[in-house]
Amino acid sequence: MKQLFVFIRKEFYHVFRDPRTLLIMFGLPVVQIILFGFALTSEVKNTDILISDYSQDVQSTKVTQKIKASSYFIVHEAVIGNREIENTFKKGQIKCVLIFPPGFSNDLFHNGKGQIQIIADGSDPNTAKTIINYLTSIISSYQREEFPAAATPYQITTEPRMLYNEDDNGSLNYIPGVMALILMLVCTALTSVSIVKEKELGTMEILLVSPFKPVMVLIAKAVPYFLLSIVNFSLILLLSVFMLHIEVKGNLLLLFFETAIFILTCLSFGLLISNTTNAQQTALLISMMGMMLPTIIFTGFLFPLENMPWIFQLIANIVPSKWYFIIIKNVMLKGLGLKYVWKETLILIGMTCFLLAIALKNFKIRLQ
Amino acid sequence: MEEKVIICKELTKQFGNFYAVDKVSFDVYKGEIFGFLGANGAGKTTAMRILCGLSFPSSGEATVAGFNVYRQQESIKRNIGYMSQKFSLYENLSILENIEFFGGVYDVSRKEIKERSDKLIDDLGLQKEAKKMVGGLPLGWKQKLAFSVAIFHRPKIVFLDEPTGGVDPVTRRQFWDMIYDASASGITIFVTTHYMDEAEYCNRISVMVDGKMEALDTPGNLKKRFSVESMDEVFYQLARGAVRKAD
Repeated sequence: MKQLFVFIRKEFYHVFRDPRTLLIMFGLPVVQIILFGFALTSEVKNTDILISDYSQDVQSTKVTQKIKASSYFIVHEAVIGNREIENTFKKGQIKCVLIFPPGFSNDLFHNGKGQIQIIADGSDPNTAKTIINYLTSIISSYQREEFPAAATPYQITTEPRMLYNEDDNGSLNYIPGVMALILMLVCTALTSVSIVKEKELGTMEILLVSPFKPVMVLIAKAVPYFLLSIVNFSLILLLSVFMLHIEVKGNLLLLFFETAIFILTCLSFGLLISNTTNAQQTALLISMMGMMLPTIIFTGFLFPLENMPWIFQLIANIVPSKWYFIIIKNVMLKGLGLKYVWKETLILIGMTCFLLAIALKNFKIRLQ
Repeated sequence: MEEKVIICKELTKQFGNFYAVDKVSFDVYKGEIFGFLGANGAGKTTAMRILCGLSFPSSGEATVAGFNVYRQQESIKRNIGYMSQKFSLYENLSILENIEFFGGVYDVSRKEIKERSDKLIDDLGLQKEAKKMVGGLPLGWKQKLAFSVAIFHRPKIVFLDEPTGGVDPVTRRQFWDMIYDASASGITIFVTTHYMDEAEYCNRISVMVDGKMEALDTPGNLKKRFSVESMDEVFYQLARGAVRKAD
């Protein structure tokens, strides 16, 4: 026991004295959270649009005012011809043009049908769709206010609600994904590198010749990184709550329990990688590059898994972060209990045991 | 009769049809400096692995520090020290922290660690550097420190695997002074080397060729037997007969 303690203390010295390790450990999460939380958002805010009003009458002015009042758009006004629309888009600043044809009010009151044309820059389809949705909903809400129970007495109106995300907070979906990504990268990379480093330096030989059991070497390596990863997770959680205003709805204890399991999965992965390689750089390359892409693609936080061909959906099942992502989403955002995520939890535990078993089996005692 | 600390009888390690170590028999006495020579690929490392408790022999008998290499690997490990040609202390730990770590791994009590490390640092004249990171020390000092750490837990035998590789002649000489001191205090030294001048410093020398032990005697007797002037030539005459190529 004392030997183990001595070993773990040594590992902490290594971590705290190596600026690069510290940077990966604690710098990466902060940068990722900020990047994904603020930069990578699907919301559309402060978008430049152009309103080209040919009619300049009471109704068109009112609609324009209504659009101006929303926080989503910066409204430019200019009457432009059809040909100029394309030039406007080519310049790139304006993402959408709204056109009131001549006699808008007149059409509305006499024909019962006012038309507004919305032309969006389709080279960025996601943004274009969002803009059109926003504009349509602003206009229809204007219509409801202005003409309550209008001409037709029978009206079907939809009342959409985004459950678990009422404010349409875009970072909500990313955060659990980023958590999975960071833990996967940090745990796997740092554990594998720290073991391979001992091989490279020749200290592993000394350890193997000592009475310290080889399995204990693995445990002593895993414990510090496990503890640091828990601290790391807390840091991410704090950042998400206080900086990105994400509410943790579920049980905090359960959240940490599930995270602890996922960390163990990642650590086992790291141990496995360290067994198969003898150079730090190889270990880093495998764990960084080899883990990053599958995690990003198959976790489902950037691209919905449901839209992928079945073969990719199948592959996604063996990516541990996919399951962790589902668990965290359910627990953190929906506030569900263990009752709803026990299946995913079991899968993670199973994966951990499997990886750990191979890692231990392959941990060769070598002296060269 | 002198006490034997390593006894090998017909020790063999076989990988398929390949005999890495082929019926090797020898004894090493307490406090002796035992040179273990052989060209690359001659089977030195394999034999040493067995004696260090890292792998099992295929057949034959061997005891190290009185413990059986088949059944008592754990006890063997407790009673030996090991140092390799690669510098093997932690560079981003201070001298003291390195000593504390390896002392701890060998289960030396905290009080003992404190006493011995104070003395060690005094002996090596490293008072000023004790709290500095090992990475900043010159290579010669590092090797001396590594040796001191290898015998810190007072092992019965210390295995040195080409300990002076890449070290300048002056430091090597100093290093051998440390080896003599350790030997005088009763620690048995089991050393492999490619430097034939170092071989001359050993009490007895063994030369392995193709997995077999071809010679075992004092440097003086070996030179007489082959009627040559230096160990260099003894080694050359023996190793020339090797069939196996170094890998």
